[in-house]
Amino acid sequence: MVQYTTARLDTSFAALSDPTRRGVLAQLGRADASITDLADKFHMTLTGMKKHVGVLEQAGLVTTKKIGRVRTCQLGPRRLEEETAWLERYRRRWDERFDELDNVVEELTRKEKSDERKNRK
Amino acid sequence: MSAKIESKPGAVKHRATVERKSDREVVVTRTVNGPARLVFEAFTKAELFKRWWVPKSMGMTLLSCELDARVGGKYRLVFDFDPEPAAFFGTYLEVKPYTRLAWTNEEGGEGGPVTTVTFEETDGQTLVVLTESHPSKESLDAAGTGAVEAMVETFDQLDELLVTLGESSGR
Repeated sequence: MVQYTTARLDTSFAALSDPTRRGVLAQLGRADASITDLADKFHMTLTGMKKHVGVLEQAGLVTTKKIGRVRTCQLGPRRLEEETAWLERYRRRWDERFDELDNVVEELTRKEKSDERKNRK
Repeated sequence: MSAKIESKPGAVKHRATVERKSDREVVVTRTVNGPARLVFEAFTKAELFKRWWVPKSMGMTLLSCELDARVGGKYRLVFDFDPEPAAFFGTYLEVKPYTRLAWTNEEGGEGGPVTTVTFEETDGQTLVVLTESHPSKESLDAAGTGAVEAMVETFDQLDELLVTLGESSGR
C-alpha cells in the first residue's frame, strides 16, 4: 500500500512539475481538445505536445481517444462519466492483483531454475 | 504507446487493461512474466492463489482458501469481514491445464457471474485474458466495489486537488 501510494504520487507530481502540462490540464478543464489544438495553443510541435500528453496520460490525469485521424484529449478518468470511473476502479483492483501474481510467478520461476541447477550437479 | 511498454519484459511493469465488452461482460487482459504452466499453478493451487488474489491494499484478510481445481470441483474463500466472515464460493466449469479455466461465482445465489480465464504463452511470457460474464447489467455494475474503493476515493480527492492546483497556476 505504501509503495503503491508513493509510486502514484510520484507520477502525479512529476506530471504536474511542468508549466506546459499544468496549462494543458487547465485547458482541458474548459474543453476537450485534440493534440493539434493543444500544440497550436502552446506554440509547440506536435511531437513535443504528444510527449507532454503522454506524461499526463501515464499519471492518469488525462485520457486520449483516437477518432478517425484525430486524437482527442480530455481530463483523466476521475473527471469522466461514471462508466469510465467504474472501469478505472476495476482496473486498479486487477492491477494490484496482477502485481502480486508477478511476485508469485517470479518466485516459482527462480525456484525452478535453482532446482534445475541442483539437479545438474 | 502501451504496446511499446509491453514489448520490453522486465523494463516496465505490465499494466492490466480492462474493457467492458457489453452490458454484461468485462474483460481484463494482462501479460505476466513467466511460463503459462506457472501462471496456471498460481491460479489453481490454494497456497499460491491466496498470496496474490487479495492484495494487502484491498484491506481484507483471507481467513481460508480452498481450491479443488477439477471440473465440478468447488472453491471457497472466506474473508474476515465485519460483522461476520464473508464467503465467496463456486464451482469449476472448465479446467484445461495451462490454457483455460472457468468457474462460477455463487455467493450471490444461483445464476451469478461466470469467470473464464485463458493463458497464452509467447516467449516465456503469458497473456492472461480474464472474462467475467454477468447475468445482468446491474450485476456487472455492482462488481468491483468493496474495500478497495475507500482507498481509491482518497486518490480521487488528491487528484482533484492536483487538478485544481494545475488550473490555478495555469491562469
